[in-house]
Amino acid sequence: MTQVHIRIDDTDLAVSPQLTIMEAAEQLGIQIPRLCYHPDLSIEGACRVCIVEVEGYKNYLPSCATRVQEGMVIRTNSPEIRQARRDLVELIIDNHPRECQTCERDGNCELQNLAYAMGVRERLFEGRRKLYKVESSSPAVIRDAEKCILCRRCVRVCSEIQGIHNLSQLYRGFDTRVAPAHEAPMNESVCIACGQCINVCPVAAFLERPSTDAVWRSLSDPETLVIAQVAPAIRAAIGEGFNLPPGQIMTGQTVTALRRLGFDIVFDTNFGADLTVVEEAHEFARRLKENRDLPLLTSCSPGWIKFLEHFYPEFIPNASTCKSPMSILSTVSKTYYAQQRGIDPKKIFMVAIMPCVAKKFEAERGEHVSETGAPYTDVVLTTRELIWMIKAYGIDLTHLPEGEFDHPLGFSTGAADLFGKTGGVMEAVLRTAVEQLTGQTLTSIDFQQVRDVEGIREAQLEVAGRTLHVAVANGLNNAKLLLEKVKSGEAHYDLIELMACPGGCVGGGGQPYPPPGYHVLDKEILKKRAQALLDIDAGKPLRKAHENPYIIEIYKEFLGEPGSPVSHKLLHTTYHPREPRGIK
Amino acid sequence: MNKTDQSVTLDRDIIDLMEECRLREYPESYLITILHRVQARYGYLSEQHMDEVAQYMQIPTATISGVATFYHYFRLRPRGKYAISICLGTACFVKGADKILEAFKTELGIDMGETTQDGLFSLENSRCLGVCALAPVVTVNDRVYSNLSAKQVPDLLNKIRFEDQ
Amino acid sequence: MGKVLDFYEALYHYMVERRKQSGIDNRILIHFGSATCENAAGSDLVRREFEKLIRVSGRDDILLKPTGCTGRCAREPIVGVFFPGQIPIKYEQVDAQKVQTIFQQHILGGLPVASLILDKRTDRHYDYVVTLCSSERCRHQERNPTQEMLLTALQNNGVDSDSVRIFSGGCFGLCSRDQVGKQHVMMIFPEKVMYHFQTQQEADEIVKSHMVQKTVVDAYITHADFITEQFFSLYGDVSFFNKQTRLTLRNSGLTDPESMGDYIRNKGYEALAQVLDRGDSDFIISEISKSGLRGRGGGGYPTGQKWRNAVQDSDDPVRFVVCNADEGDPGAFMDRSALEGDPFIILEGMTIGAYAIGAHKGFIYVRAEYPLAIERLEKAIAKARENDVLGKNIMNSGFDFDIEIRLGAGAFVCGEETALMVSIEGKRGQPRIRPPWPTQSGLWGHPTVINNVETWANVPTILLYGADWFSRIGTKQSRGTKVFALAGKVVNTGLVEVPMGTTLRDIIYDIGGGLEEGRTLKAIQTGGPSGGCIPARLIDTPVEYETLAEIGSIMGSGGMIVLDDQDCMVATARYFLEFTQSESCGKCVPCREGTVRMLEIMERISSGQGAMEDLARLRRLGQLMRKTSLCGLGQTAPNPVLSAMENFQEEFITHIRDKKCPAHKCRQLVTYEVIPDKCTGCTLCARRCPVSCISGAKRQVHFIDQASCIKCGECFNACKFDAIAIN
Repeated sequence: MTQVHIRIDDTDLAVSPQLTIMEAAEQLGIQIPRLCYHPDLSIEGACRVCIVEVEGYKNYLPSCATRVQEGMVIRTNSPEIRQARRDLVELIIDNHPRECQTCERDGNCELQNLAYAMGVRERLFEGRRKLYKVESSSPAVIRDAEKCILCRRCVRVCSEIQGIHNLSQLYRGFDTRVAPAHEAPMNESVCIACGQCINVCPVAAFLERPSTDAVWRSLSDPETLVIAQVAPAIRAAIGEGFNLPPGQIMTGQTVTALRRLGFDIVFDTNFGADLTVVEEAHEFARRLKENRDLPLLTSCSPGWIKFLEHFYPEFIPNASTCKSPMSILSTVSKTYYAQQRGIDPKKIFMVAIMPCVAKKFEAERGEHVSETGAPYTDVVLTTRELIWMIKAYGIDLTHLPEGEFDHPLGFSTGAADLFGKTGGVMEAVLRTAVEQLTGQTLTSIDFQQVRDVEGIREAQLEVAGRTLHVAVANGLNNAKLLLEKVKSGEAHYDLIELMACPGGCVGGGGQPYPPPGYHVLDKEILKKRAQALLDIDAGKPLRKAHENPYIIEIYKEFLGEPGSPVSHKLLHTTYHPREPRGIK
Repeated sequence: MNKTDQSVTLDRDIIDLMEECRLREYPESYLITILHRVQARYGYLSEQHMDEVAQYMQIPTATISGVATFYHYFRLRPRGKYAISICLGTACFVKGADKILEAFKTELGIDMGETTQDGLFSLENSRCLGVCALAPVVTVNDRVYSNLSAKQVPDLLNKIRFEDQ
Repeated sequence: MGKVLDFYEALYHYMVERRKQSGIDNRILIHFGSATCENAAGSDLVRREFEKLIRVSGRDDILLKPTGCTGRCAREPIVGVFFPGQIPIKYEQVDAQKVQTIFQQHILGGLPVASLILDKRTDRHYDYVVTLCSSERCRHQERNPTQEMLLTALQNNGVDSDSVRIFSGGCFGLCSRDQVGKQHVMMIFPEKVMYHFQTQQEADEIVKSHMVQKTVVDAYITHADFITEQFFSLYGDVSFFNKQTRLTLRNSGLTDPESMGDYIRNKGYEALAQVLDRGDSDFIISEISKSGLRGRGGGGYPTGQKWRNAVQDSDDPVRFVVCNADEGDPGAFMDRSALEGDPFIILEGMTIGAYAIGAHKGFIYVRAEYPLAIERLEKAIAKARENDVLGKNIMNSGFDFDIEIRLGAGAFVCGEETALMVSIEGKRGQPRIRPPWPTQSGLWGHPTVINNVETWANVPTILLYGADWFSRIGTKQSRGTKVFALAGKVVNTGLVEVPMGTTLRDIIYDIGGGLEEGRTLKAIQTGGPSGGCIPARLIDTPVEYETLAEIGSIMGSGGMIVLDDQDCMVATARYFLEFTQSESCGKCVPCREGTVRMLEIMERISSGQGAMEDLARLRRLGQLMRKTSLCGLGQTAPNPVLSAMENFQEEFITHIRDKKCPAHKCRQLVTYEVIPDKCTGCTLCARRCPVSCISGAKRQVHFIDQASCIKCGECFNACKFDAIAIN
């Protein structure tokens, strides 16, 4: 392609005309300050922080939105530009609460970092500021409009990536705020609790509903047996909270940290995943045989499930009735395990450490309670919350010895680790289902076709004389695309894996804020986290869920067989259409 | 099309308009047109009505909410039987519209954007109505009162009350 | 002749025939204004009264005809009475009572009611009224040679100059370049004959023949097309009008805006027929470019260039034209008046533009606050479609183009072109970043040409009379005319259309009639909330895009507000800032936050809380907003403040340092006190005080409690003895 010649800060360079000034500057190692910009989202151009001076233009141009043109002479750092950026950032913080020290994102706030970098050391223009109450109706996502700086990243991620369109800017000018339709509370909206708004928020205008207090309380209660379970995606991401590069496997250190925090037992959500695989593979095989309710839609992503209930209730019969690995593990902990060890389930306090904000919603779903009405999962902590607890306790995760999960619910096959990444559930289920359908043992178990991190993948497999059509989607806009194809008859699938978050659970709404040098939802981070999970899988001796000896044991001793009445009662669940109805 | 279970409350002709718009090019671009029609019919945009428009037009409700709150012309609350709108344009300002506004506030005991308890009057301001030469100007529903003074306000209200009976 | 011209001829003759058959030309015509402002002033009552009287009289030779507004706002409702072959008479501020008088005395009795005549410049009857062309170009220095020559000719022929009323009109737009300064043009009423002459001898000859011998002199009759003829023939004798050059408003106030026949009989759709017949879209763009027409919405971008961009920048076959009728500047009502007075000219202009750039769909984005304009547009569109000048196969040319109306919903920012497009798309009207420009990527990503009402209204005229003709009006860089909405402290408020280059003085004093007696001009605000305050000393500045920009204001869409010594510049600047602050869309930081911070500082200054450093802060914020805001609204929002600070710095300093408002406008800086020597103790002020802060017994000197005074000024207004002092 032809190149254009430009000059940035006295350096001449030739670049593609497709680049923006911001991108061209990055080639020179110039990181133009920015705020509302996000590479995966549409260009907003609203914060004006990334302005540059271009010869021939009266006004400064936003470098995020302006493409380079032949002969452009650009200055990114004149004294005037620096003062303008400083003043812009001051204008933002002048309308932002002065409570950094008590804010959840203190030390980890893009605005704070920017204000420091731009040299805002005094307030020249301070005056009145907007005042709103925190909106905390949702069990998962809380909204603090007072902190919002109106960069619209949340609105964009909610519509462009997730296709939910739950958030919009309402009103205008100084009164503008971001909220669901009619400024309704989040729990009366179509919010699916994925938490991506939290991820992309540069400040603390969206946060997960905090649960650490309840955990501290239970840990200090000697009467309570506090069990932790750790989701697969945690181990690949938690290190980032302790200045480790993305993709470090920290399974053992996490277990040790949890023990030091005082958890009595540390289980692995992976065990639940293995059980899910076996149940779901069985369900899949049966539906194939009976040729009904296909495609089978996976059900372990609670954000996706809530989306299904708001947006596509007509597909509810297609969803796998299997509970998610978290809920399965919580259920078997308070039934099978409690029974086996003679523990009163009421004394068990189950803390699930999840990369996911929607799990907080899932835990409170009415379907996931015991006969006494007590929830199987007592508290869900996000990766971020656990990182904070570990730090609050003064533990340096990086220097901990590796611990082991407790048995029997701490042992898992490689299939379970794959649950943490997009396509993983598909691959795990196929490993078991294909053997079940063919009656033969699989020798090659890497289903490369579904391994990318692309938003949508499709594959065809020849199994037992028939062609299986499978598809994988992450990010709910992609889910919409697939479901619409199914609805219109444009495509036929037998099995679809759906994950609410980009990249699957590794990109969950509860994962650590990105380390320096990365941005939120950075594909590089997601790939590294995903690779870590693949590596764990590859390194395990057992990689098919149904080969997990403890799974075999639980069926023998407790559940009977996959799809048995006991399984159905404990491991399966139901869904129902929800109001308000989403707009496709 | 997906209709929610809730019973539809919009009038047939508005539904017809929406169905017609859906068949045209860029159906979502008719949102403001439709909201105008709804407001003209019901006096304001209720949440229920906006939800129904969302379902018929398949436009996200938050988007509709965003549009309805962005434009000053749309009202989210019912209006008084007589909507008093005080022009605060330049000419009217220069000629004392602020005093007239104060007079209305005092006489009615309500603030801008509010409706009297009897539902008779509501108080609004408007952007320049473009009849500056007749400033200051107040409209009551569609009737324009020009060259008004604060002193005339009580009489004007009494006249409306009288005519209403 | 091509089939398009055949079509046009047929349409034209049909309309002319229809009028002939109606016999309208032999009847007594009563014009009444039918526009929002006219209605507000009571023209509806006037209409009903006339209807009643006509019915009662049983006469069938009297016709009542609605027209748009003439722009003479302060004198509305205006009624015109036109007897065939007689000098037209216009009445001002007519009400039901006056209708009775006019009907009895004038229409039935044949005697004009002198006391009610518009602008009351006359209480006598003239034999002739002569309107002279006196455009900027033809006038030599201060004296008008045409007038001198005419007076001499009257004298030479022994005609009593008191029996002839002479007016200097605006530019008739008649002369060609080589005749500039030599050709003299005048129109004589009631015969409505247009003469041209070059020498005194010729002038003598005309007067002798026409006025003495009562014979029209064919040799000197101007046969050239005369675009403003119709307007001049009806309004040429009123000084408010005859200084104007009505190109875009030429039909406003003359024709029935709902009558397509009226429009077509006044050369309507002739330009479209010609360009369609010619079939050369590039010719249109060249003509518009050559004419020098620039966007009348404020920015002044060359219209021809914009059209060319749309054609050249993209090979996308889907294109749009848009008419920006979201007139939002407070104090501006040019577009409303134009749409209400002559909707067809906008449709024709847009159709020509669409043909030029290859668009098949157009949108008119109108403020919802203009219901009458919307109704007129809807009717005009329906009639245009009916007569095949809009829709499929326009005038048999094979060209398809249709127009849709989209309503705004009360957002000033939607006057900004990208916000307007976003709003047409049905979304929150928040601007988009430019580039890409609308001509590259506009509505739904397709190339889109957006022009405002006045710009579109110029298009048919330019193509009808030629780019050369148009480019002779106005000045070198700013060609043609501009419509202004004159408001504020000026005697004749209203709409005026003048050639570019007319000085502010001419507009305010010659047309506007100056200020109320005893008041002095302080400043002129142009360009609304995006513009600035021009101090009185710059009153001789000619109105052009560049000159206004040089003195810190802008042409804008045409709001012109006259401020006098009783206006406070701090309060005025604050007022405009309040407006932009409340209209800021909230998208970009500098505008959303900056307008609030600037306003806070302005509030401090006008309440005596200001500090000298605040001036520097205002400048710093103002510069920041200018250079970093996303759209024009934010970039220009500081203008009223910055220009007021620039030109009236002393007044700001007085507010800050002395805590005084010289114009007594900033309430918190004003105190009301009783002058004991003058107070008679009548108690009126105490009774009027809304907060009862005035004490004093009957026939005792009263006292105002400063602590509870809200400074409403009621006591000052009430006192009959000038015993209340403002400090």
